[in-house]
Amino acid sequence: MAKLEILTYPDERLKQVSESVEVFDQALRDFIADLEETMRAGPGGVGIAAPQVGCFQRIAIVDVSSKPKIEHHGRLVLINPEIVEYADFVKGREGCMSVPDYTGNVMRPDRITLEYFDEHGAQHTLQTSGFEARAIQHEMDHLEGLLFLDRLVSRRNDLFRRKVYQ
Amino acid sequence: MAHWYIVSVVGKDRSGIVAHLSSALFENGCDLGEASMMRLGDCFTIMMMVRHDGNTHSLLQVVQPVAESMGLHVHVDKVDAHLHRHLEPDVHITVHGADRPGIVAQVTGALCEAGLNIVNLESDVGGSDAKPIYVMHIDGIATAGVPALESALAIVSKQGVQAKLNPIEIMIA
Ligand SMILES: [Zn+2]
Repeated sequence: MAKLEILTYPDERLKQVSESVEVFDQALRDFIADLEETMRAGPGGVGIAAPQVGCFQRIAIVDVSSKPKIEHHGRLVLINPEIVEYADFVKGREGCMSVPDYTGNVMRPDRITLEYFDEHGAQHTLQTSGFEARAIQHEMDHLEGLLFLDRLVSRRNDLFRRKVYQ
Repeated sequence: MAHWYIVSVVGKDRSGIVAHLSSALFENGCDLGEASMMRLGDCFTIMMMVRHDGNTHSLLQVVQPVAESMGLHVHVDKVDAHLHRHLEPDVHITVHGADRPGIVAQVTGALCEAGLNIVNLESDVGGSDAKPIYVMHIDGIATAGVPALESALAIVSKQGVQAKLNPIEIMIA
């Protein structure tokens, strides 16, 4: 196992769209082990996507189980993930191992239904919400070459919207 | 040797303030760091970190002519500041209610006693002249825990202010 180097913004490679995984072999599982080690070495990192280490395949890992008092599904290896349903947009604060020293607010669906493959090629469907759903969507953005910086929302108009009543 | 300064600029709002000031700084080799620029009332206000290779006087010579040409006041402070020293707030508090004297003092006083370290505060007055409403957003660090802040807010809420606290969960991935 080896910890991999994380690409940081403004590295152009973070904008690259990743390719679907076609072969579920030992090499894939070895890479996932390295990817997971890299995620766990980052301070507070609850997810990582393959393009963050310069591998442009549709692979992500999410594990939010270290956060207290939230619903979660433990360690998730997400290969070729697709969101098939989503609902209830909410705002949350995000940071990224590829964007050090900056956090910002992003709107995302609070509830999602996800289809994905695990590292052995078995297909799964998952319903999740809240913090875990946010982490999964953040990782899936990486697979599309998007960063949370591309989705920042203004602070001022977050909660209150001005209206003049006559 | 280059040093960080905080440059404050205030004056009647007009178009081009940010563009003209930032061009003058750039053309004279200054770097911009973190900044807050916003319209308050009829005025435009700027507080910005500027890195300048010189002293307070030479920085004033860069900023003052362009500021004065637009009718703005400038203040320059040499500071012991650095980039990449963000504090991450862990609570967001929104407060709103009928505007009345003392509302900010009352709310922030109670929160301060309950251990809140304010990182960012923005407030605004809406409504109308006859019925003004006050809205405040506070990001801060709950140094004595969230329950202490919630009890403080419960007390100010009894005095006619609506206050809501939301923990900020930062998701890093
Ligand atoms: Zn990320």
